[in-house]
Amino acid sequence: MIAGLRATTEGGADLVQLLSPEGERVSHPAFDIEVTPEELRGLYRDMVLVRRADREGNALQRQGQLGIWVPLLGQEAAQIGAGRAMRPNDMAFPSYREHGVAWCKGIQPTDILGIFRGTDHGSWDPIATRFHLYTIVIGNQCLNAAGYAMGQRFEGKVGDDDGEATIVFFGDGATSQGDVHEGMVWSAVYDAPLVFYCQNNQWAISEPVERQTRVPLYERARGYGFPGIRVDGNDVLACLAVTRWAMDECRHGNGPVLIEAFTYRMDAHTTSDDPTRYRLSDELEAWKLKDPIERVRVHLVKQQWADQEFFDQVQAEADELAAHLREFCVNMPDPHPERIFSRVYAEESPVVRRERDEFLDYLSGFADAHAGGER
Amino acid sequence: MAAPTMEKPRTNEGAKVQTVTMAKALNMGLRAAMEADPKVLVLGEDVGKLGGVFRVTDGLQKDFGEQRVLDTPLAESGIIGTAIGLAIRGFRPVCEIQFDGFVFPGFDQIVSQLAKLHFRSQGKVKMPVVVRIPFGGGIGAVEHHSESPESYFAHTAGLKVVACSNPIDAYWMMQQAIASDDPVIFFEPKRRYWEKAQLDPGITPDPLFSSRVLRQGGSATVACYGPSVKTCLDAATAAEEDGIDLEVIDLRTLSPLDLGPVFDSVRRTGRLVLVSEAPSESSVTAEVATRVQQECFYSLEAPVLRVTGFDTPYPPSKLEEDFLPDLDRVLHAVDRSLAY
Ligand SMILES: Cc1ncc(C[n+]2csc(CCOP(=O)(O)OP(=O)(O)O)c2C)c(N)n1
Ligand SMILES: [Mg+2]
Repeated sequence: MIAGLRATTEGGADLVQLLSPEGERVSHPAFDIEVTPEELRGLYRDMVLVRRADREGNALQRQGQLGIWVPLLGQEAAQIGAGRAMRPNDMAFPSYREHGVAWCKGIQPTDILGIFRGTDHGSWDPIATRFHLYTIVIGNQCLNAAGYAMGQRFEGKVGDDDGEATIVFFGDGATSQGDVHEGMVWSAVYDAPLVFYCQNNQWAISEPVERQTRVPLYERARGYGFPGIRVDGNDVLACLAVTRWAMDECRHGNGPVLIEAFTYRMDAHTTSDDPTRYRLSDELEAWKLKDPIERVRVHLVKQQWADQEFFDQVQAEADELAAHLREFCVNMPDPHPERIFSRVYAEESPVVRRERDEFLDYLSGFADAHAGGER
Repeated sequence: MAAPTMEKPRTNEGAKVQTVTMAKALNMGLRAAMEADPKVLVLGEDVGKLGGVFRVTDGLQKDFGEQRVLDTPLAESGIIGTAIGLAIRGFRPVCEIQFDGFVFPGFDQIVSQLAKLHFRSQGKVKMPVVVRIPFGGGIGAVEHHSESPESYFAHTAGLKVVACSNPIDAYWMMQQAIASDDPVIFFEPKRRYWEKAQLDPGITPDPLFSSRVLRQGGSATVACYGPSVKTCLDAATAAEEDGIDLEVIDLRTLSPLDLGPVFDSVRRTGRLVLVSEAPSESSVTAEVATRVQQECFYSLEAPVLRVTGFDTPYPPSKLEEDFLPDLDRVLHAVDRSLAY
């Protein structure tokens, strides 16, 4: 037995849950919501599709098509619940694992591949999609999100049901960073319409969450002067309900809010990581029983809200998505070397221009000069 | 002291010579320092149980305990800031920054406190802190994992900055950096972690803050450090076929610079090519070029040339082979220098 290396599996009495791991509907005094069969089928479909895309990403890395992949396995409910709680005008600031939230924002899994294949640093338009680029430097995005949300308020877009809100995603490890703390201070002081969405997946690479905190993370919100809620991060309904409530609070001018989605990182930190070096497999087994997708499937069946044909159809769709992802990935063109120099500044720099010209001139001197690629 | 070449390390009778990777050599250096002085601590993210993402601290927590090898909370400012406090208390902390691009949350503590405390206290407070930073590109990583931020630190008075290039130096320089009473920013070329060499723990190493001629030659001088050293040695081997005889100098210390060997070399060859992965503007190579033209003005047969990363953010990894100085670009610069 490795000393100390066991993460928590139980969320405690304050955990908001609407769908038990066994697929039973649980009521909650504050956060209950009604979902139609169609909505729940939609959430199920979302989760199955993002999981399938995630597994394909993993496989593509193993086959050398991607440099690295950051898996979301186990966090589908936390991400889809939050993602589907957003309205089109709401802004999201992700970390680097939020492929499920990206999906809800209309960003295709294919759009994300470039980051991990090494062809770009993020291909989508953060302004148009209202989904910021992935942020890898832990915690940075929390301050950026606070500033964006302050801007929403300064522009008078907060205060009624048509208001806007922002949500920022970060991990349990990230809560130790100064930027996250400062983001909470700023949002509190400026009443920013910002939902802090912490996916506590129990691990920051090899460090269990006890390395970051003495108190449950959601309790920290109190110290900043806003509400903190711990939600069952493997329960898509609860994540949807709590996030929808929190976003509404923010758009009405009652932000910020901290949500701790209590979940588990079922896979390695990234494809470069080997979790057998630091965590025990029995905890993985315990969390398997709390699978976010399975409980929805069970509930759909129990309620007779979906039949086998539906599940088969979602599966077929997932396989199609994966096949498309693979096809797209292996055919991605390499970027042209000119890209190194492109758009470093809004107003072109003479230094960069000179270096570009010299380098392209140098390259053209080779017999096997660079064949092309995306400029 | 005579400079040893990498090919022929000086040997002492009876010492156990073994083949090690750079990661292992660093690990052995850390271990030796921890054995020698109970005040030496290791702190960082994932350095304990995991042994670091590059396994440089592998096994240290197991052998020295959780009070000497700390898996810290995830905050670089916290790592550096508490290391400073521990140093005030008499410890000798060795901080690991997981990747070059993640040092910046700790930059404030490094520049504002670590670098200045000795001066501010007029020597009453010493800062024997080592900040290890795996740096440079070439491993196909995502953003922030391939940067060369050494010039920021070399630009900061009060810090010493070194870069190892091979397992033998890695082993000795790590121990010397820990033994230094000044703060040392210790750059490790991450794409060379798996390069191997014969390590002889019995030799007497060169002083930490010294550069070294690795290969003698009369055609032109090539000065470099960190990951570029291997590139330049390979370039020198390739140039030999064309009858070009390159002198290759590993700068090793970026602050303070030890340019005596470079001046001596340039006075003989009249030509200097500087190689570094870092962007060129306001950089270590810019400083070396300035000093060389001041000291060797009448010996220069050609302008000092540089082969560096570009003055752009580090590109997506599919483009890093173009971004990074490679053998061809080094030889191209050598040709231009010779043709001048
Ligand atoms: C400033 C900074 N330091 C270190 C890292 C290296 N790193 C990447 S992910 C990670 C752990 C993050 O854990 P957590 O916040 O819990 O998010 P998770 O990966 O579990 O989703 C670390 C240390 C980084 N990306 N940025
Ligand atoms: Mg985590």
